[in-house]
Amino acid sequence: MIPGVFEYHRPSTITEAAGLLTRFGDDARVLAGGHSLIPMMKLRVANPEHLIDLQDVGELKGVSITSDEISIGAMVTQHELIQNDALASAVPIIREAALQIADPQVRYVGTIGGNVANGDPGNDMPGLMQCLDASYEVAGDKGTRRIAAREFYEGAFFTALADDEILTRIVIAKPQAGSGYAYEKQKRKIGDYATAAAAVIVGPGIGSIAMTNLGDTPIWSAGANDALAKGDVDGAVNAVMAAISPASDNRGPAEFKKHLAGVILRRAIERAQGRAN
Amino acid sequence: MTEAAQTREERATALKGLGTARKRVEDVRFTQGKGNYVDDIKLDGMLFGDFVRSPYAHAKVLSINTEAATALPGVVAVLTAADLEPLGLHWMPTLAGDKQMVLADGKVLFQGQEVAFVIAEDRYIAADAVELVEVEYEEQPVIVDPFKALEPDAPVLREDIRDQLEGAHGPRKHNNHIFTWEQGDKAATEAVLAGADVVAEEMVYYHRTHPCPLETCGCVASMDKVNGKLTLYGTFQAPHAVRTVASLISGIAEHNIRVISPDIGGGFGNKVGVYPGYICSVVASIVTGKPVKWVEDRIENLTSTAFARDYWMKGKIAATKDGKITGLWCHTTADHGAFDACADPTKFPAGFMNICTGSYDIPTAYLSVDGVYTNKAPGGVAYRCSFRVTEAAYFIERMIEVLAIKLGMDAAELRRINFIRADQFPYQSALGWEYDSGNYHAAWEKAMKAVDYEGLRAEQAKRLEDFKAGKTRKLMGIGLTHFTEIVGAGPVKNCDILGLGMFDSCEIRIHPTGSAIARLGTISQGQGHATTFAQILASEIGIPADDITVEEGDTDTAPYGLGTYGSRSTPVAGAATAMAGRKIRAKAQMIAAYLLEVHDDDVEFDVDRFVVKGAPERFKTMKEIAFASYNQAIPGVEPGLEAVSYYDPPNMTYPFGAYVCVVDVDVDTGVTDIRQFYALDDCGTRINPMIIEGQVHGGLTEALAIAMGQEMAYDEIGNVKTATLMDFFWPSPFETPNYQTDWTTTPSPHHPIGAKGVGESPNVGGVPCFSNAVHDAFRPFGLTQTNMPHDHWRVWKVAHDLGLHG
Ligand SMILES: Cc1cc2nc3c(=O)[nH]c(=O)nc-3n(C[C@H](O)[C@H](O)[C@H](O)COP(=O)(O)OP(=O)(O)OC[C@H]3O[C@@H](n4cnc5c(N)ncnc54)[C@H](O)[C@@H]3O)c2cc1C
Repeated sequence: MIPGVFEYHRPSTITEAAGLLTRFGDDARVLAGGHSLIPMMKLRVANPEHLIDLQDVGELKGVSITSDEISIGAMVTQHELIQNDALASAVPIIREAALQIADPQVRYVGTIGGNVANGDPGNDMPGLMQCLDASYEVAGDKGTRRIAAREFYEGAFFTALADDEILTRIVIAKPQAGSGYAYEKQKRKIGDYATAAAAVIVGPGIGSIAMTNLGDTPIWSAGANDALAKGDVDGAVNAVMAAISPASDNRGPAEFKKHLAGVILRRAIERAQGRAN
Repeated sequence: MTEAAQTREERATALKGLGTARKRVEDVRFTQGKGNYVDDIKLDGMLFGDFVRSPYAHAKVLSINTEAATALPGVVAVLTAADLEPLGLHWMPTLAGDKQMVLADGKVLFQGQEVAFVIAEDRYIAADAVELVEVEYEEQPVIVDPFKALEPDAPVLREDIRDQLEGAHGPRKHNNHIFTWEQGDKAATEAVLAGADVVAEEMVYYHRTHPCPLETCGCVASMDKVNGKLTLYGTFQAPHAVRTVASLISGIAEHNIRVISPDIGGGFGNKVGVYPGYICSVVASIVTGKPVKWVEDRIENLTSTAFARDYWMKGKIAATKDGKITGLWCHTTADHGAFDACADPTKFPAGFMNICTGSYDIPTAYLSVDGVYTNKAPGGVAYRCSFRVTEAAYFIERMIEVLAIKLGMDAAELRRINFIRADQFPYQSALGWEYDSGNYHAAWEKAMKAVDYEGLRAEQAKRLEDFKAGKTRKLMGIGLTHFTEIVGAGPVKNCDILGLGMFDSCEIRIHPTGSAIARLGTISQGQGHATTFAQILASEIGIPADDITVEEGDTDTAPYGLGTYGSRSTPVAGAATAMAGRKIRAKAQMIAAYLLEVHDDDVEFDVDRFVVKGAPERFKTMKEIAFASYNQAIPGVEPGLEAVSYYDPPNMTYPFGAYVCVVDVDVDTGVTDIRQFYALDDCGTRINPMIIEGQVHGGLTEALAIAMGQEMAYDEIGNVKTATLMDFFWPSPFETPNYQTDWTTTPSPHHPIGAKGVGESPNVGGVPCFSNAVHDAFRPFGLTQTNMPHDHWRVWKVAHDLGLHG
């Protein structure tokens, strides 16, 4: 459990960080909270020669909330997401989901940017961001662009982010007034990733569902959303069930996870509906 | 207040002796982060070792190329079996009479096996060099199933003992067979089964798990070439035994070896055995003349050091139609992994599995155990239980439940009918043990009353009705267990490890000013010996526990002992402590009599002093006596006040307990919620109730882990699937239920203070209790047996297979 040799860099601006990424290309990785990357380095699954620590980049911090939009800096920790009351009242599902990530120690350092950028199908935030239809602002040497969360994930640990780009902010439109929400997650213990998890937003004419750890990427289906928006819960569940493809692992065989996904999703929808008005 | 003015009770309270909930003296340093563990040891010029390990579970090693690794700056040497062979150290003896490769000798037999040992100037360079060692393997067919291992055409795993028909424990009937161990009367048992009203039969599997102590295993070996002395610091549960073994295998004279166990962060049996890392570190230190540190990481600890359990227990239990048990039959297939490295007393290759008649008066019984080699890590240690006692308890407590189902009887009542009665002690069991004392019926009734057993059953019936009516998806289960342990190994006449009798020891020195130091042959790994042994002594010799230092773990200073595991410290070393204390007291009596100018027989011990019989105002306190022992010439009495006792226990002790667990089971998700757990323990005389409660909480939480999720899982080609704490279940406070603890007190008649030991009871009794609760929830739907661990998917699968998902 000892990582290989690497150089450590500590830029203080996005431009500086992007410059380092361009310079070292494939050999470099940015480091946020390190709670996904460092374990991989200790297992020598990841062997970056240059580690670019983002913790001094002030531009990547802070949460700003306007009347219709929320912008969260990539380096905001999961703990900060939970602590932020204004954020919790604007988009309460974020606090509910963040509280189900890992344990307090991980959440003190793990960031939202690292969580969504990593592309780990086990991470909770990617599915949540798809449910919320968030978009990611990314910056590189060639400038900035926005990528929709629903288009960001290409496969396990593969994303639309280019090697020399940094994810800077996450932008979320405020959910419509009156909508209900629920984040339902089953895991083996505190500190474990989901066996199955469901993010649901539902309200008059609105429906959005995303599922976590039931395929290589988060599961989001337009058909399910349409059905849910119309109040057709069975239709929504069926559409999601058709889209998932869980793998067997220590959390259980695929057969179990499929069944569980349906149970978890129905419970999330029911809870979300109970909160809608 | 002067000493004389204190009442007797006040003086007794001031001692903080037996029965006091004295705070743990160890915690002052632990809670401040000031413990001193092996990895805290830093010696001048210290080098670091790290292992190249096998990625395969079974392969030939065709070549090992260490050139690139050796060339890396900072690398001092890379050892392989070829380097150890001239020293005769490429293999080492195991505690079970087998031998084990120190470094791969032409072959690897489990994933994670040690292949080469890199020694470097720093820990990071060592890890980098490990990557540079090139090993060429040729994969061989892998066996992870002990039943397949015994098939006639199974591949031979241990080429080194191919066709050897005699093993350390008798005849071998197959190349992958280690031993067969038989106890009891086979013919009589089979006759009982044949003629019984009812026979219940079941295969009970206790899965492979791992003690996984918080601190992994490690050592620092330091060979001083000037004076020829080897100092070996390590995470050893039995430091003296390690010294003797180290001397026997290295040829270094035993007086030139000093073994030190510093603070140990949990052992649970994992730190009893001898590991290749110790041998390699010692050799490396001898070769380089520098201290060498080796400390495992978590993956190495889980994949290569001693596992626990992995017992397939086929059982048959016979009874009359009204539930009186008439016979018990058990055949166990024991998966020992690649080498037989169990840490059992020599004459007990399956430990004390023959305690499997449990708390019941079973007149006829038979047990046989087949030990088998597979391509898994070696071990088979007592994970917080006396040797194989938790397997035995799980087996009998499952068989009782299975029998209750067959008889259509309440399982609490079935136990009641069959308990050994209080008037039957000392009780001779059909499988050869003499139970020292017990009052099972009293404990059982207390437990049933405490949880309102009838009320729970009524609630469960109502829940079932609601479930059937579609009003809930949660079933309720009530788990029962009455376990009997056998701990405190043990009498030298039948208990030894590598020929070393399993006595233990205590040496006491009283200082002139009336404080004391006691040294023992045991070693605490969290049990709180420094706290409790001082309490035993305080009551014996009248010196306050706060004035007594308890020291363990340094073989140059501590008297010889066999260490701490199998709940043996209190039964054996605790007894030695009391006996040494009594020697001190006897001498103190002579001194007191001299000082008081009366005959020895005219003084008597009174809490913290000797008083003249009939004249309590004439006394000498232990403090005064201590000083006198150093400054007075007393005719016929040697100066000083010291004693040592080596205690050979006349028998084991037999702690017992009655546990009840209530669980809610969500049949759709497999999620279980332990909503109540009641644990009544009878450990004989209670030394420190607070420490007992702490031990029970910890042991129950380990039991929860084992029953509900913890396992060492392998895939069919021998890859370990649970090598990190992400997959190897360690409960956090969130998963841990509240425990209600309770007790009865039935002292051991043969132990000097009547104490029996408690450290392991909760693991032994907890596992069947959690498991029985899950089983019980599904009993109305026809479940008789399902394997642990009862994690979400397995519980879900039970519900699914029983048709509960519609
Ligand atoms: C025990 C444990 C349990 C966990 N359980 C959960 C869980 O249940 N659910 C869950 O969602 N997560 C879980 N996690 C993961 C945790 O939330 C991580 O902290 C998070 O996934 C990654 O965030 P980080 O800031 O630590 O990122 P890092 O580990 O620093 O980085 C992760 C990856 O993202 C890249 N990256 C980071 N920031 C950026 C950026 N701004 N732009 C571009 N690339 C970037 C890095 O280069 C790296 O490849 C767990 C972690 C642990 C250790």
